[in-house]
Amino acid sequence: MAGAGGGNSDVQWCFSQVKGAIDDDVAEADIISTVEFNHSGELLATGDKGGRVVIFQQEPESKNQPQCRGEYNVYSTFQSHEPEFDYLKSLEIEEKINKIRWLPQKNAAQFLLSTNDKTIKLWKISERDKRPEGYNLKEEDGRYRDPNTVTTLRVPVFRPMDLMVEASPRRVFANAHTYHINSISVNSDCETYLSADDLRINLWNLEITDRSFNIVDIKPTNMEELTEVITAAEFHPNQCNTFVYSSSKGTIRMCDMRASALCDKYAKLFEEPEDPNNRSFFSEIISSISDVKFSHSGRYMMTRDYLSVKIWDINMETRPVETYQVHEYLRSKLCSLYENDCIFDKFECCWNGNDSVVMTGSYNNFFRMFDRGYRQDVTLEASRENSKPRSVLKPRKISTGGKRKKDEISVDSLDFNKKILHTAWHPLDNIIAVATINNLYIFQEKLN
Amino acid sequence: MSGEMEETRTAEEQQEMEDKVISPEKAEEAKLKARYPNLGAKPGGSDLLRKRLQKGQKYFDSGDYNMAKAKMKNKQLPSAPTEKTEITGGHIPTPQDLPQRKTSIVASKLAG
Repeated sequence: MAGAGGGNSDVQWCFSQVKGAIDDDVAEADIISTVEFNHSGELLATGDKGGRVVIFQQEPESKNQPQCRGEYNVYSTFQSHEPEFDYLKSLEIEEKINKIRWLPQKNAAQFLLSTNDKTIKLWKISERDKRPEGYNLKEEDGRYRDPNTVTTLRVPVFRPMDLMVEASPRRVFANAHTYHINSISVNSDCETYLSADDLRINLWNLEITDRSFNIVDIKPTNMEELTEVITAAEFHPNQCNTFVYSSSKGTIRMCDMRASALCDKYAKLFEEPEDPNNRSFFSEIISSISDVKFSHSGRYMMTRDYLSVKIWDINMETRPVETYQVHEYLRSKLCSLYENDCIFDKFECCWNGNDSVVMTGSYNNFFRMFDRGYRQDVTLEASRENSKPRSVLKPRKISTGGKRKKDEISVDSLDFNKKILHTAWHPLDNIIAVATINNLYIFQEKLN
Repeated sequence: MSGEMEETRTAEEQQEMEDKVISPEKAEEAKLKARYPNLGAKPGGSDLLRKRLQKGQKYFDSGDYNMAKAKMKNKQLPSAPTEKTEITGGHIPTPQDLPQRKTSIVASKLAG
């Protein structure tokens, strides 16, 4: 069954493009920290540890090559955030872009929000493809003419010029977060957005930068009593009064802003009961939710914890409706993953356009897709070895038992430095963007 | 009475043994505790979270630095350690310890 966002059983994924340096020596600034398609899928934005944003634009489909959808080429790139030092608190503020979120397009320009640990910025990306020519008081090179030499008047006209894409910061939303911002989410009302740090969530109006409303505050009066932090937050895709936030203890709270100004009392608490017999030192750490995403329909939400992806029906708080194991074989490696800090890696997850398939990253540059309808899953690899144009990606298998079959990779030979934390799915088509540490891979569905 | 208690103890011990065999997580926990016997009992608790909240703290205090300079008039000021270590404890940070943060004027390699 072909068609956009169709079931995984028929979809074959092909390599399309890879962006970034080939050499293994990765500069810290080049580490990709966020990937996001805009609402039409025409633009793809990436942010990195060096505070830079690169936006790619999809080329229109060419009639010569109906087998593939357009390629993504660089559209604009700019320095979004710069490193800062807070001398008052002796705090170094990284320029790393934690999240990028696009605003729905309202006019010719595109807008996105980008955030580092402390400051959110609204960027306007606009095109300029004409310029006025034929001024009366200025020469073409900009020099001013002596007014006495002007004998006739003419009306300047717009002439086409080479396309210029300009990015300019339109708003800077600063000084509202004591702790480190982990999420931003634009409301469906297109007027407000939320920003969440470890202990607080603030509501902003996109037009107003000197004021924001605190809507969630979980800071205890005595910091010794701190037991959990906020790990992610998101607005409901169509109910502008509803948002959710996840915690380091594996719970999700859904809040209704109509109930009160401060949403400390949740409307719903989503938590899967835990078997106390199975509790270990690692239980709480691996239950920490690293990402929460509503489905496009708004009926479901997905959470990612260290070993699994869970789908929740927002009408049922007692347990998830689906649970998918991302890399269960790591459960017997938790000791070394704790020692090398990998157990704290924050993986993100995403839905395909029609909510039938979900995707998340893993180690060894593997990423996983789970088809909810067909109950199938696949492991694929982002690697330059499979980077012949339109070559079909072969599913990978990890051998967990003693006997390793041919083509299988043993758990002990997985490279834990090669982690895929950020992935994105085109909102309409089967095109995915997968970020390795410093490279961006674009894969497309094989079209016949 | 004592017979019953003995039975309970054996059942508990049995459960523990079964746990080690059945649960890979518990086996990993045992491994960790063996390597780090001083590891606190409450792993997800305050310590870990507070470390997370304090990310970025650099502890450069110009007062401390100048006091240390004054105290060591005749000696060399402690030089910055060669490897990048966390500046904590008795070591007084010097301006050299703080990495000079400059914006990347180099363009992203993704745009190359």
